[in-house]
Amino acid sequence: MPDTVIDVRSLVKKFGDFTAVDQVSFLVERGQVVGYLGPNGSGKTTTIRVLLGLLRPTAGSATVLGFDVDREAERIRPLVGYMSQKFALYEDLTVRENLVFYAGVYGMTPTEYRPRVTEVIELIGLTGREGERAGALAGGWRQRLALGIAIVHKPQLLFLDEPTSGVDPEARRAFWDLIYTLAEGGTTIFVTTHYMDEAEHCGRVGIMYNGRLVAMDTPSALKQSQLKGPAWNVVADPLIPAL
Amino acid sequence: MRRLRALIRKEFTHMRRDPRTLVMILIMPILQLFLLGYISNDVRNISAVVFDQDNSRASRALLDAYRAADYFSLDYVAYSEADVTQLIDSGQARAGIIIPPSYGGDLAAGRSAEVAVLIDGSDPTIANAALSAATFVGQAHATNIRFQQLAVRGPAAVTAGLPFEVRTRVLYNPDLLSSYNIVPGLIGTILLFTTMGLTANAIVRERERGTIEQLIVTPIRNWELILAKITPFILVSMVDVVLILLVGTLWFGVPIRGSVLLLLALSGLYLLPNLGLGLLISTFARTQQEAQIVILPLMLPFWMLSGFIFPIAAMPAALQVISRFIPLTYFLVIVRSIVIKGVGIEILIPQIAALSIFAVLLLGIAALRFRKTLD
Repeated sequence: MPDTVIDVRSLVKKFGDFTAVDQVSFLVERGQVVGYLGPNGSGKTTTIRVLLGLLRPTAGSATVLGFDVDREAERIRPLVGYMSQKFALYEDLTVRENLVFYAGVYGMTPTEYRPRVTEVIELIGLTGREGERAGALAGGWRQRLALGIAIVHKPQLLFLDEPTSGVDPEARRAFWDLIYTLAEGGTTIFVTTHYMDEAEHCGRVGIMYNGRLVAMDTPSALKQSQLKGPAWNVVADPLIPAL
Repeated sequence: MRRLRALIRKEFTHMRRDPRTLVMILIMPILQLFLLGYISNDVRNISAVVFDQDNSRASRALLDAYRAADYFSLDYVAYSEADVTQLIDSGQARAGIIIPPSYGGDLAAGRSAEVAVLIDGSDPTIANAALSAATFVGQAHATNIRFQQLAVRGPAAVTAGLPFEVRTRVLYNPDLLSSYNIVPGLIGTILLFTTMGLTANAIVRERERGTIEQLIVTPIRNWELILAKITPFILVSMVDVVLILLVGTLWFGVPIRGSVLLLLALSGLYLLPNLGLGLLISTFARTQQEAQIVILPLMLPFWMLSGFIFPIAAMPAALQVISRFIPLTYFLVIVRSIVIKGVGIEILIPQIAALSIFAVLLLGIAALRFRKTLD
């Protein structure tokens, strides 16, 4: 088992003239929770898509779990989980049916997936609601089900693309508790966000801006190296008038 | 296999959760069958011109028989054959009944007489009704006369065959639409809809929901996804074939002369190029509306040019060439030959070959395009 889970070297992805990812290099070690911070359109999602083999790199190279993302994407797929911005649920299927479907798609047998699906439902807090249609769930619950779908096959590495966009703060907090639980279980987690406060939950944070990886370090080291002057943690309710 | 089973089970769940689509798939062919089947049969009071050169009691009795049968309305009287064709040419009359001068004399002498019925073929539906009505009423009347002759003179005095024959001739458009043609033809068009249209939509729906991305990052192979998507529609299409055949025979009395098994097998072959088209459309369309926009203009020429509605022989040469590139054209020949003529597989080799070529080409292109869009 390699200790480097993601190895990205001078990765470039262009769409025509537009450079979405520009000379990005970084390493992710096993067991880390890595945040990828940046405004919308800074290249976060494109990076994840290249790492998942959904897009082909224009230049540079990247390996995930030791496999080349361009040539060996099929070998990476069973080992990683992915949760996209638009929660990929089948709304006409129930909670359980959604999970059973993805478990089957990863090649799990009924004896393997029955206990696992029950376990995942418990983990994401949907026990008692297994029979509800995914389309009838509220935002926060859909988000949790989408996460359940991404982890039902016990991936070693989990990609979360803006998992908390569009859900209320309460649900966001609960969701991060879930991410910690998964990380404690040994799953490496790569999560994009544009919320500063969420970046602080991560062991390491990369900052993307206009396709470039500006910095990548622990949150406290980043505060020292990237910010001139002292950093203030402002807690106020409501925030804007208080400032 | 486990992956494929999970995918197929999901497709059937989708179908179950959307009963309206399922009902439509099963009801639509029946609805179309009744609509088209009745339109073609229910024509009455066809305007006709009469040229009675005999003007005898016998000829007037024949015309009375036509009047009584309600199919024809004898609106015009002509005094020459030119008058008859002129009235039909101008569209005032749809049919012409020409009784020869010797009609009454031939009947009385026990010789066989000939009555000519000209039919305007430009509207196949009306012409079809006129054609069968002319023949049917004529034969019924002829049989009546034969019975009277037998009763009056005894069998010895009567020639073999009917006392007179109705010779029909269809002007302009010799191949006519009939319910015999519609029932088999409907199998072709319904299968076109269930396979091409619904397959395209089923895949585009995944793209709309964003689930396609989630599927790509799983270990699913392209062919597994494609196979899973089309399996439910193949099954439903086969149910449709059986339904159409059942209603066609039980209600419309269309006999199935050939092998039902051969028909089902070749229906399966015909599904392949259509599925290829559906898949191909799904690689272009991002939303279901976009898919519809492609499908509708495609269906229309398929209907019009395949020989389903208009006979190919009556089309201009350029359109005849186009019709050769429509899979439905070949399937219509297959299905009509099996149902109406009862032919076996050996007669249909050219059509089977054509459909196979279409299947390989379309599915091949679709599979290539499909992989590209997944990347």
